[in-house]
Amino acid sequence: MSDKEEEPRIGVFVCSCGSNIGGLIDVKALAEYAKTLPNVVFTEDNLYTCSETGLAQIKNGIKDHNLNRVIVASCTPRTHEPLFRDCVKKEGVNEYLFNFVNIRDQNTWCHQKYPQEAFEKAKDLIRMGVAKAAKLEALENIIVDATPTALVIGGGVSGMTAALSLANQGFKTHLIERENELGGRLKTLYKLFPNDQEAQILLENLKKNVEGNKNLKIHTSAQVKNIEGFVGNFEIIVEEKGNNIDLTIGVIIVAVGTSLFTPTGYFGYDGKIRITQHELEDKLINNDVKAKDIVMIQCVGSRNDERAYCSSVCCMTALKNALILKENNPKANVSILFRDLYTPGTHYEDYYRRARETGVIFIEYSPEKVPSVEENQIKVFNEYLGEDLLIPYDLCVLSTPLVSNNDNKALAQMIKVPLEENGFFLEAHVKLRPMDFATAGVFVCGSAKWPVDITESISQGYAAAARASTIISHDTIEVEGATSFLPDYNKSLCTGCEVCINVCPYNAISKNEDDEIVITQVLCKGCGVCGATCTNHAIIIRHFTDQQILSEIFAYGGKEV
Amino acid sequence: MTFEPKILGFLCNWCSYAGADLAGVSRIQYPPNMRVIRVMCSGRVDPVFIFKALLTGIDGVFVLGCHPGDCHYLEGNYEAEKKFIMVQKFLKIVDFDKRVRLDWVSASEGARFAQVVTEFIESIREQGPSPLSGESIDQELFNNLKAMENSVSSERIRALVGRERKITEVENEYGEKVPIEEFNTIFDEAIHDEFVRQRILLSLSTKVLSVKDLAAELKLDPSEILENMVKLKSRGEIDYQSIDGNTPLYMRI
Repeated sequence: MSDKEEEPRIGVFVCSCGSNIGGLIDVKALAEYAKTLPNVVFTEDNLYTCSETGLAQIKNGIKDHNLNRVIVASCTPRTHEPLFRDCVKKEGVNEYLFNFVNIRDQNTWCHQKYPQEAFEKAKDLIRMGVAKAAKLEALENIIVDATPTALVIGGGVSGMTAALSLANQGFKTHLIERENELGGRLKTLYKLFPNDQEAQILLENLKKNVEGNKNLKIHTSAQVKNIEGFVGNFEIIVEEKGNNIDLTIGVIIVAVGTSLFTPTGYFGYDGKIRITQHELEDKLINNDVKAKDIVMIQCVGSRNDERAYCSSVCCMTALKNALILKENNPKANVSILFRDLYTPGTHYEDYYRRARETGVIFIEYSPEKVPSVEENQIKVFNEYLGEDLLIPYDLCVLSTPLVSNNDNKALAQMIKVPLEENGFFLEAHVKLRPMDFATAGVFVCGSAKWPVDITESISQGYAAAARASTIISHDTIEVEGATSFLPDYNKSLCTGCEVCINVCPYNAISKNEDDEIVITQVLCKGCGVCGATCTNHAIIIRHFTDQQILSEIFAYGGKEV
Repeated sequence: MTFEPKILGFLCNWCSYAGADLAGVSRIQYPPNMRVIRVMCSGRVDPVFIFKALLTGIDGVFVLGCHPGDCHYLEGNYEAEKKFIMVQKFLKIVDFDKRVRLDWVSASEGARFAQVVTEFIESIREQGPSPLSGESIDQELFNNLKAMENSVSSERIRALVGRERKITEVENEYGEKVPIEEFNTIFDEAIHDEFVRQRILLSLSTKVLSVKDLAAELKLDPSEILENMVKLKSRGEIDYQSIDGNTPLYMRI
């Protein structure tokens, strides 16, 4: 664009906003004042600059006075900048050569008893706006093509749900499963809380839908080997049964689930009469529980120094299995030794109540005095009685946590997304962006984030699919031109120190094979942190450049220093 | 005439600027002393901007961002905080740190915006006009702040603050996590040294001076001046200009 070299010809439009601005301060006088500022060639006051008339006045101003910068002093850019940008664009002025000065929301509305001071403040703000406008540069939005194809990593219940949802929306979807069949953890479960549904029936139905969907390509015994590119354009190598396949993908959903924890050394675990809750599920599937005295111990290997987190599914699994054991054999004694019992919501609390009614015994233990599992009995200290209780058992079931997969780290590095301290995938924001990673075009669902039950895994699968479709439902991805930028003429300033790479939350900055810093514009969200951090002032933050901001400071300060 | 503080505010687009707009929409009133520069993220505020503003004679600078954990850009406000703490450390040297403030205002906190701005304006009102405002300014203070601006512009200081979170919260290049106390010790030393060096450079850019002259001018121990001059000389930033009797005189290259 040639505007950079062109002499700035600034037009300033001061809005009265009915009486919202004009009722307190003299907008005509402001327009007159603006005329005295450097590079300003035309000014006007409008009753409502955002009205048809006002917009026509801007357009005429541009035409008649050959304006190449436009300022509107009015309400707030947060509501009206898009309108005015669009207006100047239609008249052939690049939208980034528009500048907004807020003299209503942050001025006349807040200083209603100080008209003179508010007038002076408006003058300062207009002067600062003019100074910045003179330094503005034309920018183009960046548009890249998006491949309308999704990749879901992990063929468990969450991954299958996400993949099916995307495929049903018409997107070509690749579902990758490491094992030789789909199902993940669901394959190994007996009945599911909260409604005692048969896990295998749920799985069969889901699999039938997945396998019958023509948009869905299933890759079993497959693993992601390499990921390059960025949102809309990921180049992925998948190894399937020993062969490499190349895929071009628009979005990625991580649904890799969890691994099981083997509690070797905990409570005499032997996998026979001292087993895990998960092994009990297997016995229940095979109708292989002969025991009469069953004791479950909660929080085995979790909520401790090594693994501080709560695995979230174990309380409910224990309650559910305790109820099943009592149902199968009402004469069986079932005790649950717990630290805290978490049964949130309506359905889950009902399980707890039913378990008590059915005669399941609940005994609290403290982490300081953990139960000791002996040959035929378990000794547990009861705080209330102040003494040890001795409970005979012929089956001891340990509720162990779901843990993160060992290879999460390798995958995380490939996709350039973070893990939290326990090795689970870390979303962009726990409340604001729970299914997203900071890296554009990559999403997460199910127990890959932290252990969740089947209900939650399904919900999250749908949620991640919905988030992913917001990207691939468009042919292109358009991002603002106001991004961070390392111009060629600044490349010699770059020392390669990599602090910009460290501070960028979006992985938009990397080094290429020649060890040079490269900014992937389409990933940049324009926060500007890299520019404020760059050790040698090489990175430019477009639309908020050092020069532009300094010009505002100097215009207010009254001198250049 | 009563003193009306001249305040500059850097507001992030997503939280504090929106909070400021909400104060207006709700017609919450606050004193009209602050002018706002909108940035997309408080993390965009280069420490240089703050020093430049103070050097023009602006009485106080306010940086407002999203609450911790609520940053639109995930962690930009944490970066802003690290930079801001560094700015304060410098300003503390000349007891000027109360003229800058960092705070958090969300998009829904119109009343809070008005409150924190009012409080800051009142705090500056109590401190009085900046000695750098008006016709005759405090030249020594100006030089000190200029040296600080040059310090926060320097590669060494920027590299330290830019790596702070990685070094103290994740790990450094050698896979170690440095305790924050240890980092702060290193950082404080670096801040002090860089300030002294930039101050020396500033003096030597207009005058030819001996170590003793510089020590007198900067009110520092000659041995400390000498130590830093040796560093500057090895970096090729200063050199001998002449010898006055037995005393070497230095100049900036």
